[in-house]
Amino acid sequence: MTAATKIRASAKDGVTEVRVLMQHDMENGRRKDEAGNLIPAWFITGIKAQHNGRVVLEGQFGTSVSKNPYLIFRFKGGATGDKITLSWLDNRGETRSDEVAIS
Amino acid sequence: MERRKALKTGGGLGLLGVFAILGLTPGSVWANAGRAAFEAKTLDEAFGALGVLAPENSALIKLTAPDVAANGAVVPVTVESMFSGTEQIAILVEKNPTMLVASFVIPDGTEGYISTKIKMAQTSPVIALVKANGKFYRASQEVQVTAGGC
Repeated sequence: MTAATKIRASAKDGVTEVRVLMQHDMENGRRKDEAGNLIPAWFITGIKAQHNGRVVLEGQFGTSVSKNPYLIFRFKGGATGDKITLSWLDNRGETRSDEVAIS
Repeated sequence: MERRKALKTGGGLGLLGVFAILGLTPGSVWANAGRAAFEAKTLDEAFGALGVLAPENSALIKLTAPDVAANGAVVPVTVESMFSGTEQIAILVEKNPTMLVASFVIPDGTEGYISTKIKMAQTSPVIALVKANGKFYRASQEVQVTAGGC
């Protein structure tokens, strides 16, 4: 089970700023649990952001992005009510997509 | 030995991740290029895998990171590129076990601006790599890490 990505998008002076907080452990595969067993790597490998279906940002992550990845980016255009979608994919093949309207 | 094993495990899962990406959205940007750069253990390897040849330092890249990070698990980093034709922004930490932290493709209409939070194992230069008009540029800043968090 994965938790919803928190997204806030606001348009001002012709530019939309998107703030994203993904919910993910981002385990790097080098840490051990209390019993000394290696915790398997588990992390987001790719993200994609869309504005009304148009891709406005794509990214690849390694294991050094902090737990619960945080991201701010900006694109030209965007108006109140437009849809912003943020999708991610992790190394287990799990995906998640969340949507918000620009405020 | 254990560390070796751990790295191998991580690498294997990374590869699975690549396949998963390829299967999910064939032809899209987040699928291409593979993930070799994320396995790189040296800066040269990372640059090589990213297709970068000796990036020039540029004052047109503004890299904002703390001089001292008390918690290496959460280090805020912002990269702002003043190049008009910014195509890609990548963040690397020279002394992390794997250097490449993240790489972003900036389509037309998206500003050359990325702000995120990264993990740092120890005190190290943080490098912002920017591709603009087909050419790579870099900016770097040393971040002193009090408690490593990789």
